[in-house]
Amino acid sequence: MDITAFTSKRSLLSGSIILIILFLLATFPLYFPGYTVVLLISIFMYIIITVSWTMFSGPTGYISLAPAAFFGVGVYTSALLGPLLPLPVVIAIGGLASFCLAFLVGALTLRLRGIYFVMFTFGLVELLLHFVLWWEVNITGTTGRVVPTVGNTTVYYIMLIIFAILMATAYFIKHSKFGLALQSIGEYEEAAAHTGINVTALKTTTFALSAFFMGAAGAIMATRWTYIDPRIAFNPLLSFMPVLMAIFGGMGQLYGPIIGAAIFTYLEEFLITRFPYYYMLIFGIIMLVAILYLPNGLVGLIERWRRGGLKRRHANT
Amino acid sequence: MVEILDIVIAGLLMGGIYALIAVGLSLQFGVARVLNIAHGEFIMLGAFVTWWLYTKVGVNPLVSLAICGPMIFIIGFILYRTLFTRLRTSSPSPAAFEGNSMLACFGLLFIIQNTAILIWGASIRGYSYLAFPVNFGGAIFAANRLMTLGFAIVIGLVFYLFLARTRLGKAIRAAAQDPATAGLMGVNINQVLALCFGLGALMAGLGGSLISMSFKIQPTMGLEYTIIALIVIVLGGLGSIPGSFIGGFLLGLVGSIVTYVEPGLSLVAYYVIFMFLLLVRPTGILGK
Repeated sequence: MDITAFTSKRSLLSGSIILIILFLLATFPLYFPGYTVVLLISIFMYIIITVSWTMFSGPTGYISLAPAAFFGVGVYTSALLGPLLPLPVVIAIGGLASFCLAFLVGALTLRLRGIYFVMFTFGLVELLLHFVLWWEVNITGTTGRVVPTVGNTTVYYIMLIIFAILMATAYFIKHSKFGLALQSIGEYEEAAAHTGINVTALKTTTFALSAFFMGAAGAIMATRWTYIDPRIAFNPLLSFMPVLMAIFGGMGQLYGPIIGAAIFTYLEEFLITRFPYYYMLIFGIIMLVAILYLPNGLVGLIERWRRGGLKRRHANT
Repeated sequence: MVEILDIVIAGLLMGGIYALIAVGLSLQFGVARVLNIAHGEFIMLGAFVTWWLYTKVGVNPLVSLAICGPMIFIIGFILYRTLFTRLRTSSPSPAAFEGNSMLACFGLLFIIQNTAILIWGASIRGYSYLAFPVNFGGAIFAANRLMTLGFAIVIGLVFYLFLARTRLGKAIRAAAQDPATAGLMGVNINQVLALCFGLGALMAGLGGSLISMSFKIQPTMGLEYTIIALIVIVLGGLGSIPGSFIGGFLLGLVGSIVTYVEPGLSLVAYYVIFMFLLLVRPTGILGK
């Protein structure tokens, strides 16, 4: 059997499926206006943060708890520049500001491994939160800021565009030599360096690139929230959620984090409205169960099931 | 002169609590290899049980120390024997276990915190116990805070002697250095690791009891103390018990100096120190 024809046919198929999905998502607000769009905006926000988190932390194994910091930088960019500049420029600047911050942090923390890296990135979120809080109270004299709104449909489409660019970037990285290089850093960093990979540059750039998307998502999300303060912008939960969502979904495939983020965001909405008092409790239990029984996430479960299904088919023939 | 005394004593009083809770976390991370993000939740449990026993049943908070400690020790011990032992055996590498157990602790954090909110409500609580002022060479402090410091030092010393002088302490130190070899030498490693996690939780519980005597408490207070304990163990060197003890007092002093200069910036100062240390000397002041 001709394998190349098979793979090209397969890639054509998956390509057209992606186009159909994008088309459906793009026309979505036309059939379902109102609450569904709002829900989809939150889902997209978490998907963007989770996928960009997985882009760096998935292959390299460096667990970053800094997403909230990069997201918050985007939020504050939007609050400061929103009234002055057109929206696309604000979002680009939000992303770039996060990119620069992440580049700096990445360059500083190159020596840190494992748990030290985790603690440093978490410290960054808390440092920014408390510094901005102090600055706003003592220098500006306010705690919160008002961000100009742009309407839910606009927010939705911008989220969709960021999502599409992010997925293209993530796909490119995963299927290029950079993805392989990142993978080898995760497996054995010294060996990767010895084979001629510029470990430093690669780690820092990927980390900064992932921060770009988080910052952009923060910048656009701020316009939906309309009122922001440091505790909303630098909410530590935004650092933990992507980790949890990526693990729940599984990091082996690109669609894993998307599934994880979508299910969790929907679950969050569902639990908050049905069981407002038990919501976080249920959440914690799901988290524990996911870590204990789904080490490779839903993707791992799906793959095992598919492989099991294939085996059975072979056995039958 | 009195001002300097004021700052130093305030720093030492705070530092005693920091030292106590950091020693617990240090034990859990240094030996049991669990970066327990839910450490503060055990502190909160200790504080709330003490508050509840005092206001509802009238039990003296000092007696509560003897109730909270063992109770929380048992919770910690069981958690390690079930949850973390399972994670440890299913994780492919020690590094994977560190990551997984930290995430499991996030889950525990949500569960414990929200159970507490369901039981005791989300509001801020407090009670007055030994709140009369004590004059200390011109600097005036509440008696309960001095007692807290005394207890923190005594507990720290007892624990240090336990580690240094007893057979079980030796087993713990061996397990900290090399768990696999310690197991080969006849140390029941699962038992010792669970014991360490339980002892860490016990310290947190005792710390919580002491905190409730002089500070306001609420179910969401945990994370703040966890973060402080984390900063202290990085300051003192990860896994070094004496380092954590000294680091606690050091951080207390720094906090009290910064609070004197610019009250809003003490937390910012903690993080700056923390991140600076991670960059310059991640092994801490007493680390190898």
